[in-house]
Amino acid sequence: MTPPPENVRSSKTQITIASDFLAIRHGLLILFSQEPLAGLSDDCRGRAEIVIAEALNNIVEHAYADEFGDIEVSIGLDGTELACQIADKGRPMPDSQLPAGLPHQLDGGGDLPEGGFGWFLIRSLAKDLRYSRLEDENRLQFRLAT
Amino acid sequence: MELLAENFDDVLVIRADQDRIDAACAIRFKDLMRDLTQTSAARIILDMSKVAFIDSSGLGAIVAAMKAVGPDRQLELAGLTDTVQKVFRLTRMDTIFKIHDSLAFGMAKAS
Repeated sequence: MTPPPENVRSSKTQITIASDFLAIRHGLLILFSQEPLAGLSDDCRGRAEIVIAEALNNIVEHAYADEFGDIEVSIGLDGTELACQIADKGRPMPDSQLPAGLPHQLDGGGDLPEGGFGWFLIRSLAKDLRYSRLEDENRLQFRLAT
Repeated sequence: MELLAENFDDVLVIRADQDRIDAACAIRFKDLMRDLTQTSAARIILDMSKVAFIDSSGLGAIVAAMKAVGPDRQLELAGLTDTVQKVFRLTRMDTIFKIHDSLAFGMAKAS
């Protein structure tokens, strides 16, 4: 008998990554080789990797700007969506709010932007973005369509 | 991180021989590109067909490389893979760069 679909739908993985860009690269490799991400379409994996990578880079650059710490990533499949949570113990978001992530104006005339794409990419691809600060922990939650 | 440069007449082709251009290698990529593009080649094409992933730091490094070859030249891109294409499309950087489906297409335009 085939296993009940509940087994598949509750697939979940968790990983702890050090606040360092090479550790992020390595952590993403492990994360995407495991269920539920391993079994998803290339399109979904691509979108998920963009969002998760940007969120992790931001934590290294801002939350843990002058210190080192751990980042906990957990990814679960919830029905047809990925439910993601990323937690760290670095500095809180300014004003306890997520950055607006507005798109750049690329009118061609001015100097082209070399940064500031991260939150725009996250906001473009993720839904139900939620940020909370619980005691000394930052918690970012979002969902991604599969 | 490896970038391989080769000249074909007046076209400088740089192959990104790596899986990703991300925050861990963006500065090195930018520095290497600056060194490799100090030539008089009329056109410069960056072959990205081996690059499966870029993040916003990688994108920023490519934009920086584009600015470094200007103002009379452009950094043309070739062979963007699916996820790389997504990043360019979402940020609308696909409207700024000349992008070829493949290196062969890019080279054909030269002749």
